Amino acid sequence: MKKVFVNGCGVISAQKTFDNDTFLEEITTYNDRVMPVVNPVYKDFISGGAARRMAKGVKMAVVASNLAMQEAQLESVDAIITGTGMGCLLDSEKFLSKLIDNNEQFLTPTSFIQSTHNTVGGQIALGIQCTGYNFTYVHSSVSFESALLDAQLQLSLGEEENILIGGVDENAPYTINIHKLIGFIKAENTETFSLLQSNTSGAIFGEGANFFTLSTKNQESSYAEVIGVETLNTVSKENLDNAIVSFLKDNNSSLSDLDVIVLGNNGDVDFDGYYNLLTEGTFAETQQVYYKHLSGEFNTVSSFGFWLGAKILKTQSIPKEVKLNQKQTSSIKTVLLYNQYRGENHSFTLLKKC
Amino acid sequence: MEKGVAITGMGIISAIGNNVEENYNSLISCNKGISRISKIDTIHKDAIMVGEINFTNQELEEQLGLSPDNNYSRTALLGVVAAKQAIEDAGIIDISEHKTGLISATSVGGMDMTEKFYYDYLETSEHRKYIKGHHAGDSTQKIAEELGIQESLVTTISTACSSAANAIMYGARLIKSGKLDRVVVGGMDCLSKFTINGFKTLMILSDTHNTPFDENRKGLNLGEAAAFLVLESDVLVAKENKKVLAYVKGYGNANDAFHQTASSENGDGATLAMEKALKVANLQAKDIDYINAHGTATGNNDLSEGRAIIRVFKDNIPNFSSTKPYTGHTLAAAGGVEAVYSVLALQNNVIFPNLNFKTPMKEFSITPQTELKQTELNTVLSNSLGFGGNCSTLIFSK
Amino acid sequence: MVALKDELKNKIIEQLNLEDVSVDEIADNDPLFGEGLGLDSIDALELIVMLDKDYGIKLSDPKEGKKIFESIETMATYITENSPK
Repeated sequence: MKKVFVNGCGVISAQKTFDNDTFLEEITTYNDRVMPVVNPVYKDFISGGAARRMAKGVKMAVVASNLAMQEAQLESVDAIITGTGMGCLLDSEKFLSKLIDNNEQFLTPTSFIQSTHNTVGGQIALGIQCTGYNFTYVHSSVSFESALLDAQLQLSLGEEENILIGGVDENAPYTINIHKLIGFIKAENTETFSLLQSNTSGAIFGEGANFFTLSTKNQESSYAEVIGVETLNTVSKENLDNAIVSFLKDNNSSLSDLDVIVLGNNGDVDFDGYYNLLTEGTFAETQQVYYKHLSGEFNTVSSFGFWLGAKILKTQSIPKEVKLNQKQTSSIKTVLLYNQYRGENHSFTLLKKC
Repeated sequence: MEKGVAITGMGIISAIGNNVEENYNSLISCNKGISRISKIDTIHKDAIMVGEINFTNQELEEQLGLSPDNNYSRTALLGVVAAKQAIEDAGIIDISEHKTGLISATSVGGMDMTEKFYYDYLETSEHRKYIKGHHAGDSTQKIAEELGIQESLVTTISTACSSAANAIMYGARLIKSGKLDRVVVGGMDCLSKFTINGFKTLMILSDTHNTPFDENRKGLNLGEAAAFLVLESDVLVAKENKKVLAYVKGYGNANDAFHQTASSENGDGATLAMEKALKVANLQAKDIDYINAHGTATGNNDLSEGRAIIRVFKDNIPNFSSTKPYTGHTLAAAGGVEAVYSVLALQNNVIFPNLNFKTPMKEFSITPQTELKQTELNTVLSNSLGFGGNCSTLIFSK
Repeated sequence: MVALKDELKNKIIEQLNLEDVSVDEIADNDPLFGEGLGLDSIDALELIVMLDKDYGIKLSDPKEGKKIFESIETMATYITENSPK
């Protein structure tokens, strides 16, 4: 079995994260129900001709993948595996509203073509002329982890050497609107640093594109080693501890190895209980990190958590804005990530210093 | 991978039948499932033909015994029907006995409900239960729930028309690598105004029966279907003395990286996918007995795929046919539907005809098998090619 | 005819999102596809809808578009000869 390393990152989020030389040094705070990304200058990366049909999500993903490849010094990759929970929402909404408003007349193909979930992976492949394996996973909050698991499998078996993976979801007005109606988005504006104290239902939505190059080669740019990833469609609260212990055991690790745990708390009083069990129980004495107050909630936001974990290992530092408690962490060797959305689709990811 | 990954169960619902047996009977009797559309009110109803499943949503809900307050999209209804059949066919009574994964595939997801209640959602709360059923993973979650799959690997793939083929491929890889002992794989898509109008804007919908590989082909007929397979590890098959229907012997996935919708003129992606699949199967082109082609009957696909077949098989082209004239193009489900048909071909030593074919294409001399043909089959290759350059090939063997 | 050509240029830029192109840069006889403006088969479908919506001309076969959309000149001529409006 070959080792798998994270060698490059491209992170476009509600924070200014697209510059890999910095690590959450300037924090953008919000007091809203939805947060947008801090945009890079897309034109620096995508020519006008190529960009003219791209909605925001595709642009974000193309730039993020570009940054990740650049950092790992790769011109191309052997495979591209994308995760997206909701797909290309802006174009879906555009096509659907025109369809209904014009009673199926005068529709044009561009937004339909751009609406399919695999548009992102296809456009990245087209851009870098990659004819390799190309998959898109679309399973809610484990879309990104499904891509990660697929890539880890291929790399560790020696089938490929370099794989680009990523998670992307975009904000779109209609979808935000209806998710407010069903209470998946909080009813009230919430300030960034009071998210976990909100004590209300729903989450603050966001968007982003976080791409990574995974490789079998450990090099100067390497962030971390990917030890393992597991997704579970359901887990009961009673069984959460067991599930974690058995995941760690499968990866020849144990609870005592963990230096940091990165959690997906989103301030939803109905579902944060899963995280609270861990922060108050098994991991009470472990350094805890959270991030959705900085990124917002979206189906592939755990890819932002993945970046955070990898960056913590690489820099051996934890920005104070993501610390959930204060524990001594002189040397950070092992990081566990845990995420779920609305009590379903749980994921565990184990990263190690390399 | 000597024998391949064992297939121990199959389930299907399509325009030509509500289960495996009905589908097989239609295939050998040349019964097409293509008609005018009846369940969706579209202004294009006289300009298109589709492969529609007879049951209404309500009938499907009753069959599944769902409560009236369920929030199933038609995609989910079809998916659960086919997946349950597959589990039953595999003789699985208590699914929790062995860790079972689920890899499903869809392109429309819950779009059928979203397009129905798009503005209604904003005004009244009555149908808002469907909002959380819109995303592509929802139908997969519902299948997992109905099958009793818990605390397991459950995910969804969406790569346009190659989605289910990729789900089968990924499932086979998970078994092969020892990550899972058993996995349910396949895909589903219902008809929707969204897809009808989308393909309409691309001007690739035929106003009559689709005619794959015919010089005068006018485009595709959309269809709806769901199809699932149960894959099991050799260990489990031996332990439970399972009957194996066929094996997933090889698989290959490649990207055309040519254009957002069109396939490259010489079928670069399809060629790569077929070559990779042969390599994984440790087979040579001459070992393939039958190709179940993607053959959508669009000008672009059939030319590109035909050329790719010639590139891979050279002077030794096996019998090939597209079964899309029976079912229509069932998008994300197509790879699953055609996997079931490939297994049926192997089990019964029969090649299903490429219906509606009259005139050979002028670009090349190969023509599809147009009559039902009984012949010894040991390996079947199935192609699924899609938008975004996604090309996939599966190889099945006895 | 001059007015129609300018109208077409503006519409093409807007409809096809050609942000970096200005009306002056499109000569009446420049090829729209391939080497010229670089349009492709998806753009051709967009233009077919434009013909229908704005000029009442319906094309049933996308291949017909090839000759019509050769240049602004050919488009304007075709519209003048065929538009019922």
